[in-house]
Order: sequence, then structure tokens, then C-alpha cells
Amino acid sequence: MRNIAFLAGSLIVLVVGALLPHAVSNAYVFYAGFVALQYVVISTGWNILGGYAGYVNFGGGAFVGLGMYAAVFLFKAIGAPLAVQMLGAAIAGGVLGLGMGYLTLRIQGVFFSIATLALTIVLNTVIVNWSYVGGARGVTVLAPQPTLFPSIVSYVFFAMLVLAVVSVAIARWIEKSWIGRGLAALRADEQAAECSGTPTLRLKLFAATISGALIASAGAPYPYYASYVEPASAFGLAIALNALAMPLIGGTRSWIGPLIGALLLSSLEQAATVTIPTEVNLLIVGLVLIGFVVAAPDGLLGLFERKPAKVRAP
Amino acid sequence: MSEPILSVRGVTKRFDTLVAVDSVDLDVQRGEKLGIIGPNGSGKTTLINCITGVVRPEQGKIAFEGADISRLPTYQRARRGIARSFQIPRPFVGMSVLENLLVPLDYLESGTREITHARNLLTSVGLEPRAEDPAESLTHLELRKLELARALAASPRLLIADEVMAGLSEPEIDEVLKILFALNARGVTVIMIEHIMHAIMRFSKRLLCMETGRIIADGAPQEVGTNPEVRRVYFGK
Repeated sequence: MRNIAFLAGSLIVLVVGALLPHAVSNAYVFYAGFVALQYVVISTGWNILGGYAGYVNFGGGAFVGLGMYAAVFLFKAIGAPLAVQMLGAAIAGGVLGLGMGYLTLRIQGVFFSIATLALTIVLNTVIVNWSYVGGARGVTVLAPQPTLFPSIVSYVFFAMLVLAVVSVAIARWIEKSWIGRGLAALRADEQAAECSGTPTLRLKLFAATISGALIASAGAPYPYYASYVEPASAFGLAIALNALAMPLIGGTRSWIGPLIGALLLSSLEQAATVTIPTEVNLLIVGLVLIGFVVAAPDGLLGLFERKPAKVRAP
Repeated sequence: MSEPILSVRGVTKRFDTLVAVDSVDLDVQRGEKLGIIGPNGSGKTTLINCITGVVRPEQGKIAFEGADISRLPTYQRARRGIARSFQIPRPFVGMSVLENLLVPLDYLESGTREITHARNLLTSVGLEPRAEDPAESLTHLELRKLELARALAASPRLLIADEVMAGLSEPEIDEVLKILFALNARGVTVIMIEHIMHAIMRFSKRLLCMETGRIIADGAPQEVGTNPEVRRVYFGK
């Protein structure tokens, strides 16, 4: 029953999203909407490894940047259409995610997080020294005029909407299935999970691959959207911070948490962008994050969850 | 004698210079009630960790039901029918009591009415009223029971109970013993590690004593209890 409701909801969102560009002429809606949806994908993708499995990935920026540059590369090399760029980015992100998954064999906890942080720097350096995709100067991407949509921004907006719906559906499916239960078990206690028959390594690799693929594909439509990409912002710390702030704010145990976190944070940022200088954005994210870690460690969802029953006398 | 369910041959595990388990040989027969005693640090839990695959021994072979499992990862050993409980309860926090049991059922049992099965298990250990509560809200006794129930979820053929009774009161010990006896009556081989002597004496039909990584005594509980070597280890000269 709930599956049908979710499916119906997703379809409605997609149909409305497809019709919106023909009904609304204000381009700002799509500029802002694109960012919000991109946040939803990043947040949802991040949570599959960071939330469900408990492996905190500080390398969100590396994956988003990888996705952007995979798209740039495919566009320059073979003039690939947007869908192919997104698919290519997802594959590249999945491979990088799989590699990151193997890291969990040797390092856990905070050491894993630090290693993922280094990933961003490594990829940044590679791109800076790769002149084919523009090197440190960056690269300009002139997107062809879309056929079914009035403008390029409404086109990438819709592409991102499809991706967001797909991401949330994947995250929800994982959470409700035996995979989600296995991930939650290994998040609580890896050894005990193994002793209960859970193939922890395989599950972690799966989560890391899906997570990487989703985050990277969120970067793919960006070159069309901004028509200019350069490494300093593509691999910026802001993305990595947002990627983990959003699920933490929303709640990491359920697919709804990252969704709420992403929508909340993107609205906050939009409000800040139009009222105060953009640099303050990051400050706001930081403050909100600190606030949540202190006041609501289980995110917004945690605030509304049932409290543990009182321990009865034996 | 029939083929042993578990056969340990020359297993050695070192932690740096410390030899925690020193070329141990051990055969456990199907349906046996085996107790293992020994002072702290004598290598009991490390031996269990070698059998379940949590640590890899440097030397030796372990066979379960005739097949060599020495190189298998832990989860595959669990799938073959080796279950264990942990010395310190390790519940899956963030999940309900019922969900804790669904984890092994997901991965070990092939999809047969999981929830009913899990509820029956909870009833058999007396945790049914707590099914929907978060695992972290359980009392010490309840955690022990959850630990046992989780180990039993997948209908193991060998259960290793690592100090399941530590810190329990007498009536609670009786309760846990009853569960283990019932289990063994159904044909499950049980290895019990315990410091509570009267419990292990009551339960085991065969008793081992370990000391500095070796098995120093092996026989009927009464014999081992009066073995001079064992008495020396526990009480000094």
C-alpha cells in the first residue's frame, strides 16, 4: 500500500516537473529548483553509505566534481547527450565508490573519513593538471538548445528532478529491504553482524558504489547548467560539508531525512543568497549543523521519533 | 565414534609475542554439551573467535561437519550453522528487538515467514512483550536473552555460548540454562564458556580447562574439577 502511495507521489512529481517549464516563465524558479534537487540527490546518495552503513564520507566534493568532469569529458570527446553524460558520471562515481568501499576493509571510523577527505584533493590535482578538460583555467561548455524544453535551465532542472526521484526511490528501496537491515546491523556492530550471517564487506561495497554513483551523477548536469566548470569550485569543501550536513539535519536512518535536510538547507541558502553576501552561506550551514549536532543528534526525524520505553524492573 | 561436528587441529593464534591459543586440538561430537573453563586470559574466547572466523589463526585447520572452514569468512561459517553469543552483549542498537532477530533471519534462513518465526523465538526466551522496543532499552538479562535469541534465530547446529550467564542472578541463570537444555534436546551441539562453576557443572557432560592457550584437562566434569593441575591453576598450590 505504501509502495503504491510512493509510486503515485513520484509520478505526480515527475509530471508536474515536466509541465512546469511550459507553465512558468520565471527562470529563477528553475535556477533555484536545480540547486535544491541537486542537493536532494547528493544528500540521498551520501546517506546510503554515511547514514545507513555509518561510514562518514567527507569526499562528497570529489564525487560531485568527478561527475561534472565526466560529463565535460563525454561532451567534449563524443558530444554525448545529457542522459549519456549522467550515465557516464554515475559509472565513474560507482567505480570510485567501489574503491572507497575497499578502504573500509582496513580503516574505519574517523580514519575512513580522513581518507575520503584526501580523495577530493587527489582528484582536484588530477583535473588541474589535465588540460583536455581545461586544467586550472576551467572549461566552458556550450549546451545545445533542447528540443522538448523552452530553455536549457528548465531542461537540466527536469533532468535533475528525474535523478532526484530515482535516488530517493533507490534509497527507500534499500532502506526497506534486507540490504537496509544488514547495513543497519553492521552500522551498529560489524562483528556481530558477520556472526549473524551478514556479508558485511559485500554490503559495504554495494552501499559505497551506489552512493558514489548517485552523488557523481548529481554533478553531471552542472556543466550545462552553469556553462562553465573550474576545479576550485567543483571540488570545493562546501559540497562535502553540505553532503553530510543535510542528512544529519534531516535524520540519517530514513530516506525522508536527507530529503527534508536537502530541501531545508537549499531554501535557507537561497534565502541567504538573495538577502546577504554569498560567503555567509557556508557560515549558515556550519551554524545550523552545529545547532543540530548539539540539540538534535538524530536530526529532525529523531525529534519526532518515539522515545525508548522506560526500562522495567526485572 | 561418528564424525565430529567440529574438529580443531593444531590451531595457534598469536597477538604479537603473546600466544593466545597454542596448537589446540579439539573434537566436538554431534549433540554434545561441552563446557570450557579456564582463568581470564587463558584463550577461551580467542579459540571461539578462531572457530567463528572473527580472528584468523596463524596455523591449524578447523573443520565443521567434515568440511574445512579455515579459510571461510565469518558470515559463511554462520551460514553453515555455527552461531555464537558474545561475552558482552552486542545488540544491533538503533533497531527494535524484533528487527534484531530479523537480521540473521534475512541472511541465514531462506524467506519462510520470518516475522512469525522471530516472534516465536522471542516468546521462547520470554522477550515477546519487548518486541517493538528499541534494543538499547533492554535490561542486562534481556540483553543476554536477545543475544541468545539472535544466535538461535537461524537454527544453528552448533551454538557457542560465551559467558551468557555472567552477571545474572540465580533464578536468571536457571532460566538461561533451561533454554540451553531445551535447545540441546533438539539436537543442537552446545559449547558453553562460563565462570559460574555450578552452572557449567550442571550443564556440561564434558569439560575442558584451558590455561595459557592450551587445553590442560579434558574429561567428565567431576574428574576435571578434581584434577590437580586444574586446581593448581585456579587456587595456586
